[in-house]
Amino acid sequence: MTAFAEPLVLPERRGPASRLSDFFWRHPHLLLTVLLAPPLLWLGIVYLGSLFALLLQSFFSIDDFSGLINYEFTLSTYRQLLSETNLDIILRTVLMAATVTVASAVIAFPIAYYAARYAQGKWKVLFYLGVMLPLWSSYLVKIYAWKLILAKEGILTWIFEKLHLIWLLDGWLSLPVVGGNSLSVSYTGTFIVFVYVWLPFMILPIQAALERVPGNLIEASSDLGGTPAQTFRFVLFPLALPGIVAGSIFTFSLTLGDYIIPQIVGSSRLFIGQAVYAQQGTAGNIPLAAAFTVVPIVIMGAYLFMAKRMGAFDAL
Amino acid sequence: MKQMLKSCTALTLTLGLVAPAFAQEPLKELGKGEGELSIVAWAGYIERGETDKNYDWVTNFEKQTGCKVSVKTAATSDEMVALMNEGGFDLVTASGDASLRLVAGKRVQPINTDLIPSWKTIDERMQNAPWHTVNGVHYGVPYVWGPNVLMYNKDAFKGEAPKSWNVVFEEMTLPDGKSNKGRVQAYDGPIHVADAANYLMKHKPELGIKDPYELNEDQYKAALDLLRTQRTLVGRYWHDAMIQIDDFKNEGVVASGSWPFQVNLMEAEKLPIASTIPEEGVTGWADTTMLHAESQHPNCAYMWMEHSLSPKVQGDVSAWFGANPSVGAACKGNELLTDAGCKTNGYDDFEKVKFWKTPVTKCASQGECVPYHRWVSDYIGVIGGR
Repeated sequence: MTAFAEPLVLPERRGPASRLSDFFWRHPHLLLTVLLAPPLLWLGIVYLGSLFALLLQSFFSIDDFSGLINYEFTLSTYRQLLSETNLDIILRTVLMAATVTVASAVIAFPIAYYAARYAQGKWKVLFYLGVMLPLWSSYLVKIYAWKLILAKEGILTWIFEKLHLIWLLDGWLSLPVVGGNSLSVSYTGTFIVFVYVWLPFMILPIQAALERVPGNLIEASSDLGGTPAQTFRFVLFPLALPGIVAGSIFTFSLTLGDYIIPQIVGSSRLFIGQAVYAQQGTAGNIPLAAAFTVVPIVIMGAYLFMAKRMGAFDAL
Repeated sequence: MKQMLKSCTALTLTLGLVAPAFAQEPLKELGKGEGELSIVAWAGYIERGETDKNYDWVTNFEKQTGCKVSVKTAATSDEMVALMNEGGFDLVTASGDASLRLVAGKRVQPINTDLIPSWKTIDERMQNAPWHTVNGVHYGVPYVWGPNVLMYNKDAFKGEAPKSWNVVFEEMTLPDGKSNKGRVQAYDGPIHVADAANYLMKHKPELGIKDPYELNEDQYKAALDLLRTQRTLVGRYWHDAMIQIDDFKNEGVVASGSWPFQVNLMEAEKLPIASTIPEEGVTGWADTTMLHAESQHPNCAYMWMEHSLSPKVQGDVSAWFGANPSVGAACKGNELLTDAGCKTNGYDDFEKVKFWKTPVTKCASQGECVPYHRWVSDYIGVIGGR
């Protein structure tokens, strides 16, 4: 009953810290503003601001005569971007990103399924370690290692030779687009390294999605006479799709932007990232480099829009 | 927001354009060292014994002059130009494609050769070289230079050096009986167009190419066509010296344009690799130590320029980098370079080297030439199979 003796509105407390605390308690919106302002300013000015400054550059052009940048609004840089050579680069990058994504999904699904459904105890730990371990070592070291593995006189050729399967490798390398002088100077090599490097980014989201699929749904499906294939087709796959789409965002966008793998393993044909680097770093053609960076932004924008409609972000 | 960005861009521009107009007067006399010196340099150009303690030409300089040296390494000429434009550095080791741009942009100042006693010891072939001398005024002291040689595998060529660059430009059967297809490489930089032009200079005289860096539309087109043929022979283009070495070891590559640096490294490993200067001559690079227009430590900078010309330093740098000294005396009696070093690195082949420079629209040998930025985009196209 003594509680009633205290006034409903407490008297103001002494000390600046207490007053500040009271002030914020009375004005909760202000507190939110103060807490959110620094990260928002960072995002708005440092991150988006520099991005816009870059995009703005793509509307300038380079003067053919002097090589200096002409600071007047023009779309001529975009006309240049749509030239045959540059369209080749864009098409090459997008196709590579798409194949890498599909292959990663196909390889990652069974691994993730095993980890989510069957692995227990220390096996689960081992699985996590196995997936994460490659991410801990240096990206460059991994790529250089792959260059050696795929080389003409490398271990892979040696294994094929020992197994008397060298005709298979030679046959593959003599194919038009995917072939080349050796695996490490062909698109096949670039593809293999891309899949290797980005695979963990696909496995983890799929595994998370599969873990959320209730086991009784699968049992119900087989109780109702569904074959394993039907269960996969109509129950498991649709429920795991958001995870696959989430993983594909990583593999697709990372492949779109990478400029180191195709430089070390591949046929020297440029990918978007390398084109940006060459135009900006070597040619000093910043407008064209900026226009090139717009391409992955547009592609990823469309991709994310589609991913959202497929429910990839529902689980976030 | 957009308006603000525009203003910001405009502001940056204005600041950039209204660069202080400095009187381009060289230093009259040498004072005391300022205690500090910052240099923009290629990796491996300024060594203080951190990689290999035998290669150190900084520690002694610091002891003698009290100028503490700090080095900013740059990977490309464009990066060097950008750093110098930014300012805050005293010296730069600029290649021929950067040096004239720096002079034109007034980022470097003329030097007073009287303050550099060793100036007269410089190889006469370098003293008035056009990549650092403009209208008779010297904008720096020569550092080292080198040719882009043809590196080849002795086994594939049966011990006989290829006589022409055609082994990397045209399909043919090599002395070991196999085609050169997929076994040659080319430099992954637009400047390689000049190598093609250099080849055409000799083999298609009707094109009238006088200078491989000054090409009109027709000559340029012919060079690109040659490079398109080359694309069918090349598996991978090289731009990293270590990757090229790896390709010669593991990828079955037997011939490529290269630097003495790679050749020396592989010869040291006792691999069957050698280099040659084919009949068409070669392209090459020559670097100059240049002084920033607004250098804060000009006295230390002059001391370094003098130091950099001493036979010991010249010889050591040349040995380290596979380059040639600009001071003839460095060729004899240097422990690291050895007496054979200069010959190995191409010291006697100066006349055969067409030194690197940036292709510009207004060229000396003819009316109008194809500028560098087109070399860049077209070379990308050629590699991409266009």
